[in-house]
Amino acid sequence: MSDSNILDTMEKRELESEQEKTVPGKHYVPYTDIFEENDALVVVMEIPGVDRNDTKVHVDKGILSVEAKINHAQYDGLTPVYTEYNIGHYSRSFNLSNEIDQEGITAKTDDGVLTLRLPKSKDAPPRRIEIS
Amino acid sequence: MMARFSDPFEALLNMQRALDRSKLSDWLGHTTTSHGSYPPVNVFQQGDDLVVTAEIPGVKKEDLDISIKRNQLRISGKKEVDYGENLSIHRQERTAGSFDRTFNLPQEIESDDVKAELKDGVLSLFLPRAEKDRAKSISIE
Repeated sequence: MSDSNILDTMEKRELESEQEKTVPGKHYVPYTDIFEENDALVVVMEIPGVDRNDTKVHVDKGILSVEAKINHAQYDGLTPVYTEYNIGHYSRSFNLSNEIDQEGITAKTDDGVLTLRLPKSKDAPPRRIEIS
Repeated sequence: MMARFSDPFEALLNMQRALDRSKLSDWLGHTTTSHGSYPPVNVFQQGDDLVVTAEIPGVKKEDLDISIKRNQLRISGKKEVDYGENLSIHRQERTAGSFDRTFNLPQEIESDDVKAELKDGVLSLFLPRAEKDRAKSISIE
């Protein structure tokens, strides 16, 4: 095996929110990477078990929110006998630090990983300030 | 302990309760590498057969290796997180690395009929009980 490290198990983080959700049940916080490219902000979230069509992404007033609903129909008729993780919907929101071009947002999912590309707004280009 | 889903609104809640209840059950006893190994798994019973699920978001099909021998199930592979260069990281929570986990299941599996499915980052293994491991009913003469 290569020099890659051994993966650790991370306990799923349950969502702590000031408001309760209207639907009962546990919601989880998806593990997220965020990085910035020259012209865009990229948000990568792990939402295993969520179908592409059950993922809702909103940007409003500088807040990016993602709601992802798992499809629990696949567990129909199954009796759990031994469990190490729980299942639940995912929910998370972020304050965006950049002005985002809302029209240009693209999203894709791959193997339970949601990748959002939020292009920076052309109206507010970053300004580099030279220090004299 | 049956999770019955008659009411669609309660379905998920009941499932979550059932999963919580069987957490820390000793069903696999000391036969697995115990809690804490990646990937975490859930084991379900479906009639005589077993269904094992694991959440492995970001693991590609070709990077996953599953083998079964009698009642021993092995899941190994690697998870890669690669975004390229020339970027500034704001937040990094996803982990990458390799994993290798072996379980001893409490029943023998018909290894030829095992089905594996990887969908939306969830691995599901359908493990039918071996024919010779099935209970036979004895008629009383």
